[in-house]
Amino acid sequence: MSADKIDINHLAKLARINLTEQEKERFAAQLGDVLNYIAELKEVDVTGIEPTAHASPVYNVWAEDIAKPGLSVTEALQNAPAQRDNMIVVPKVVE
Amino acid sequence: MSEPLHYKSVAELSSELSSKKISSVELTQAVIARTKAVDAKVRAFNSFDEADALAQAKASDERRSSAKTLGVLDGIPIGFKDVISVKGQPLTASSNMLKNFVSPYDATVTQKLKGVGAISWGRLNLDEFAMGSSTENSAFGQTHNPWDLERVPGGSSGGSAAALAAGEAPATLGSDTGGSIRQPAALCGVVGLKPTYGLISRYGLIAFASSLDQIGPFTRTVEDSAILLNAIAGHDPMDSTSFKTEIPDYRAELKKRKGPWKLGIPKEYFGEGLDPEVTKAVEDAVSFYKSKGCEIKEISLPHTKYAVGVYYIIATAECSSNLARYDGVRYGHRSKDANDILDLYFKSRAEGFGAEVKRRIILGTYVLSSGYQDAYYVRAQKVRTLIRRDFLEAYKDVDAVITPTSPTPAFKAGEKAANPLAMYLCDVYTIGVNLAGLPGLSIPCGYSKSGLPIGLQLIGKPYGESELLSIAHSYEQEHTWGTRHPNIEAQKGAL
Repeated sequence: MSADKIDINHLAKLARINLTEQEKERFAAQLGDVLNYIAELKEVDVTGIEPTAHASPVYNVWAEDIAKPGLSVTEALQNAPAQRDNMIVVPKVVE
Repeated sequence: MSEPLHYKSVAELSSELSSKKISSVELTQAVIARTKAVDAKVRAFNSFDEADALAQAKASDERRSSAKTLGVLDGIPIGFKDVISVKGQPLTASSNMLKNFVSPYDATVTQKLKGVGAISWGRLNLDEFAMGSSTENSAFGQTHNPWDLERVPGGSSGGSAAALAAGEAPATLGSDTGGSIRQPAALCGVVGLKPTYGLISRYGLIAFASSLDQIGPFTRTVEDSAILLNAIAGHDPMDSTSFKTEIPDYRAELKKRKGPWKLGIPKEYFGEGLDPEVTKAVEDAVSFYKSKGCEIKEISLPHTKYAVGVYYIIATAECSSNLARYDGVRYGHRSKDANDILDLYFKSRAEGFGAEVKRRIILGTYVLSSGYQDAYYVRAQKVRTLIRRDFLEAYKDVDAVITPTSPTPAFKAGEKAANPLAMYLCDVYTIGVNLAGLPGLSIPCGYSKSGLPIGLQLIGKPYGESELLSIAHSYEQEHTWGTRHPNIEAQKGAL
């Protein structure tokens, strides 16, 4: 069973990653191999089987809505690539 | 023969500290000296902070001299895989994306280890964002296997395994998403434990695939594994998948549980692709258990052949979602020549991520994209249910499952780098454990003719770490594989 065609440009756009022509070519071929390999999952009968999201028997965990001490502004911004007046600077978003 | 300090177990070091035969400063100095002597060849560390480690050691010695010691780990240096936050220290995930990132807080495991006086000692190399099986995908250069520097240490926690094997730390922490603790432990000849999903908090661990990731210890002995687990297991409100369960004293339990056990051998794990030397070593281990009165049963885990496929759908889907946070805005690499905000995302991610990370994000994006989600992602989650059921069904009949950890001993660097699928298949025996959320342990069970370590994997019941460790301990008591050390000095450094 062969895998579905990969539109690498569309995927790169969805993933917000610029890929070079060389990367596009290489990734498309390698992903094709992987998809061919995982296509064998199509032969498994999964009728009536519930999907497993994770294997911990824990669901709907709620935290009390109370204020607790957190990072200071300085700490929260210490890794920001650009900042000014306690804010993160980004290129202009709205005209 | 007495071992040098850098090759002693945590248990031994702890008793020498408590009898004041050695101080923590002496121990830490020995570990630093050893690291400086061999790490140019092994390249296990991304960074370490000598002054900080010595300051922690001094504080530990002061606690001890005023009879305020914090227990068995007080004064013991522990290395951290460079995806576990240690406040004030770099946290890179071996990625250019986080090259200059400094942890603003401690991970829960870090806090717990500091709380019992352990010394945080350095950050260890890995495949970028824990994606890989060889530690070749690190943006800062590959780690070398101390047993043969031209071979890989396994991955993704290759730095954690290699550092321990080379005597650069008495114990280390890693993380395991599809085998990233057990496989490098096997390839480097040490003990590696991937605990049950939910036993150890993931708070402060850089996320790769959140439904599979679990932190665990690398140690020289099974007893040390129990000592580390005692310190880091337990419920944490900061991780919503953390499980509330009673945590036994794993170390004390080792002595109480003596078997014999019922052990299952899954026929699907002994097929094509398994190296004959690995087969032989695992069969010898099975014979050992049999000689101790254990009942050995052939079992079937019929969905095994789908595990790698299921894993690469689920793990990449979760990674594409988790790694969306690296957008060049709040932290991490930001492109210098972006024209607008969208361009900033595209360029920062293109420049910051390495090839394997990009490949997995793209695959994950594909399996989650409109029109394919049901065919790939949801179907994989359903097959995951069947894989988990296979194990739970088997556990009605057996106490643990025995398999090889890795199909082969350590392979040569570069051998699989060009073929992602061949690399993914390295994890064929370890992946099922993550999908099913079970505890898995790799212990040394022999060496190949060329002197490379071979690992035995034991898989336990959910939250059955006590029993699992006891089964491993009973083997270790009568075998000395784990006491051998690589001869790094005699080897020329690889490129």
